[in-house]
Amino acid sequence: MTHLHLDSIVKRYDSFTALKGVSLEVKRGEFLCFLGPSGCGKTTLLRVIAGLDPQSEGRVTLDGRDVSRQPPSARNYGIVFQSYALFPNLTVAKNVAYGLKLDRAATKARVDELLALVGLPESGPKYPGQLSGGQQQRVALARALAPSPGLLLLDEPLSALDARVRGHLRQQIKDLHRRLGITTIMVTHDQEEALTMADRIVVMNHGVIDQVGTPDEIYRHPATPFVADFVGAMNFLPGIAGEDGVVHVGDARLHSNSDLAPGAAVTVCLRPEDVVARHQNGANRIEATIEALEFIGPFHRARLHAPELGSHRLTADFSANLVRDLDLVIGGRLPVMLPRERLRVFPVA
Amino acid sequence: MSATAAAMPKPQSKPKTKPARSPRPVETADSRLLNGGTLILALFLTVFVLLPLGAIFLRSLYDRNDTFVGLANFATFLGTPALSASIGNSLSVALVSTVITVILAFLFAFSITRTGMAGKGWFKAVAQIPILAPSLLPAISLVYLFGNKGMLRDVMMGHSVYGPIGIVLGEVFYCFPHAVMILVVALSTADARLYEAAESLGAGPWRRFWTITLPGARYGLISAIFVVFTLVVTDFGIPKVIGGNYNVLATDVYKQVIGQQNFGMGAVIGMVLLLPALLAFVADWLGQRRQMALLSARSVPYVPPKSVWGDRLALGYCLLIAALLVGMLGVSAYASLVKFWPYNLSLTLANYDFEQFDPAGWGSYANSLRLAAWTAVAGTAVIFTGAYLVERSAALPALKLTVRLLAIVPLAVPGMVLGLAYIFFFNAPWNPLNGLYNTLAILVLSTLVHFYTVGHLTAATALKQLDPEFESVSASLKVPVWKTFGRVTVPLCLPAILDIGIYLFVNAMTTVSAVVFLYSPDTKPAAVAVLHMDDAGETAGAAAMAMMIVYTSIAVRVLHAGLGAWLGRRSQRWRAR
Repeated sequence: MTHLHLDSIVKRYDSFTALKGVSLEVKRGEFLCFLGPSGCGKTTLLRVIAGLDPQSEGRVTLDGRDVSRQPPSARNYGIVFQSYALFPNLTVAKNVAYGLKLDRAATKARVDELLALVGLPESGPKYPGQLSGGQQQRVALARALAPSPGLLLLDEPLSALDARVRGHLRQQIKDLHRRLGITTIMVTHDQEEALTMADRIVVMNHGVIDQVGTPDEIYRHPATPFVADFVGAMNFLPGIAGEDGVVHVGDARLHSNSDLAPGAAVTVCLRPEDVVARHQNGANRIEATIEALEFIGPFHRARLHAPELGSHRLTADFSANLVRDLDLVIGGRLPVMLPRERLRVFPVA
Repeated sequence: MSATAAAMPKPQSKPKTKPARSPRPVETADSRLLNGGTLILALFLTVFVLLPLGAIFLRSLYDRNDTFVGLANFATFLGTPALSASIGNSLSVALVSTVITVILAFLFAFSITRTGMAGKGWFKAVAQIPILAPSLLPAISLVYLFGNKGMLRDVMMGHSVYGPIGIVLGEVFYCFPHAVMILVVALSTADARLYEAAESLGAGPWRRFWTITLPGARYGLISAIFVVFTLVVTDFGIPKVIGGNYNVLATDVYKQVIGQQNFGMGAVIGMVLLLPALLAFVADWLGQRRQMALLSARSVPYVPPKSVWGDRLALGYCLLIAALLVGMLGVSAYASLVKFWPYNLSLTLANYDFEQFDPAGWGSYANSLRLAAWTAVAGTAVIFTGAYLVERSAALPALKLTVRLLAIVPLAVPGMVLGLAYIFFFNAPWNPLNGLYNTLAILVLSTLVHFYTVGHLTAATALKQLDPEFESVSASLKVPVWKTFGRVTVPLCLPAILDIGIYLFVNAMTTVSAVVFLYSPDTKPAAVAVLHMDDAGETAGAAAMAMMIVYTSIAVRVLHAGLGAWLGRRSQRWRAR
């Protein structure tokens, strides 16, 4: 079941520590994303798995085999880089065949099969320079998959592409994964990419893992304020914990499911789309004024001033529908509800 | 933490077992190959760079009878007026030559980079002419023009060209291309945004020159000044031919070692010669690091504005310089074809019958060809492979650092010092490698080492431009490193490899400073034959042999251009974007 096991991986460079004891289990066949801001250690971790930059401490177990000291060539994986790293002086077919050790006919058959798989059946005789960025990345994918590796590593594979190609390739990689069932680890700083593609997301920050979970868990139940902030938009309200899950924010008493000890300084988190403007039959109802109303496209983003919450403004997303129905305008008064089950309360570190 | 968060799995499980500490990767065929190769290269550079330099330093502390005398040789050197006078002579000649060369080269480089003048590429090529000839050649030409039997002797108004005047004229010719190359690079890196901003603030062209152009090129200027100064101080060919009784340090080394067999004193002067070179090296290194920072990725390249009179002025100047450069070469070319300068100017090929001047005859030319070919082939292979190991391989970092440092050292070692150092080191009876002495191999090795750094930097630059992940990809595909090196790295770097080969070949043809101490009667190269013929008063023969070197250099350059074009066409398919 476990395909890859990382045990207390530490990676030190001269002056700083890029990974501070990372442990992780990767299941066979799953699509895992390492997500985090630049410098969080996600690429370093991928390169540790690949054996390209060996860890300073810790153990890497692949298929139950300790490969901590093994060179990349002994680890059985395929890798795709942001820069494609295609060999420009070799044709597409020769690039794909680069890692194959078959006879001529079998090589040709395998190359044709892979080029068909990535949707470039006619491109074999071309040189990489003659292809678009998205096509080059598909060739890189075919080259990585050609020797049928057990593990596919993708290092920001879509970052160098423009938005439209990125969306298309995202779908194609996901389809490939479904069809081949190969364990895949992708590094990305793009939360949308991670949320749409991954079976599980590993959110990293400052060389440690903040949270591991399905996209839904990560989005709905962020384990730390960092995850809450990094994935999706979020309101952060400073407060003090009270009795029975009550949190004091400004003059307001907000009910939550928090079990923090009374008197603790806390941060209350709420997603903008969870601010309720209709059907306000419940607790946590407050009066607010609309200070700004920004048209985003599918929805409007409002900045609400609720005197009860103190000086902090509340960001709320309202559907175009709702804005029309309630006739929301800047300067208008709007009572809103902050649903108890959607409030997430974190102790202030 | 809220209830839901607490229910989440703990993000970091505590290690149950003690983790493996600092795992060292296991050895593979790849790592053995890379580490072994880098180790061999580190040893090679230690034996052929570091140890000889150590030997010359130690030798300077011993007297003729191999007794340790500490710094006594240095004291004798400074205390002997005839010797210490050379310091003053060397410095003054170098100073004057540097000022003239850098001003002329700056104007030339400015015309090429900052005006709308026509024929820029052509002028850039013409500026390289002096590199194709040994430094002896401009001196020979000057003798033909202004010497005792010179055609333009009267221009000298009674002054003798044999001495500082001749040396300065020759050195300006010899150093000009080096200064132009550096200044063209320095002046090319201009940010158009600065000029636009200055113009919009009302700064005139003169003010823009003093506040933007000159400060922007200041590191290039400093670098050019140091490089030219060092070249002049350490050059031996020109003062040897035209210096007359005017002694400079470089000729003193030659006289002490070859003339008087006073090796200790030769070593002392060699150590003194090392000083300006070391200084230049450090200055250049500091300057280059800053020059990089001047141009950011967001800079907008500067396009020189068209100006009718300015462009004409620049064209006139460049034509004048080009005429002087070609003329200097032309004088020797012509004189080598003349029966008896300046009395019988009928043409003949008799001067190319070298046997009448020098028993080695054409043999020394053949030696030079062999030396150049071996240096080019072996040198390119060693230098490029070395740069690959240092820049791209996963060899041990300590080994890579050693090679990287040792590869830079030869740049700071003048040829004469290197040649002398090789005598002391390889001629020593205790040295197991002293079988190399008096062979062609030691000439090849000394030349290779002498010009190692530029080749190394060329290769390193080309290698750094390749995608950093080629090696990672091939490792993940389980392809051995040597295979990717041969199938991808070398083909992609072929233009740079060709450049290195041609650079080594031409320099091996023209160099005289290191080999003059190391040749044997059987391996005497053409440039040394030029020296000998000139010494013997056979100036016509010397000119003819010098021209043979020039013709060969030109032929090789033309071949290179053709090969480069062919390569370009062949690789066009995949280079086209």
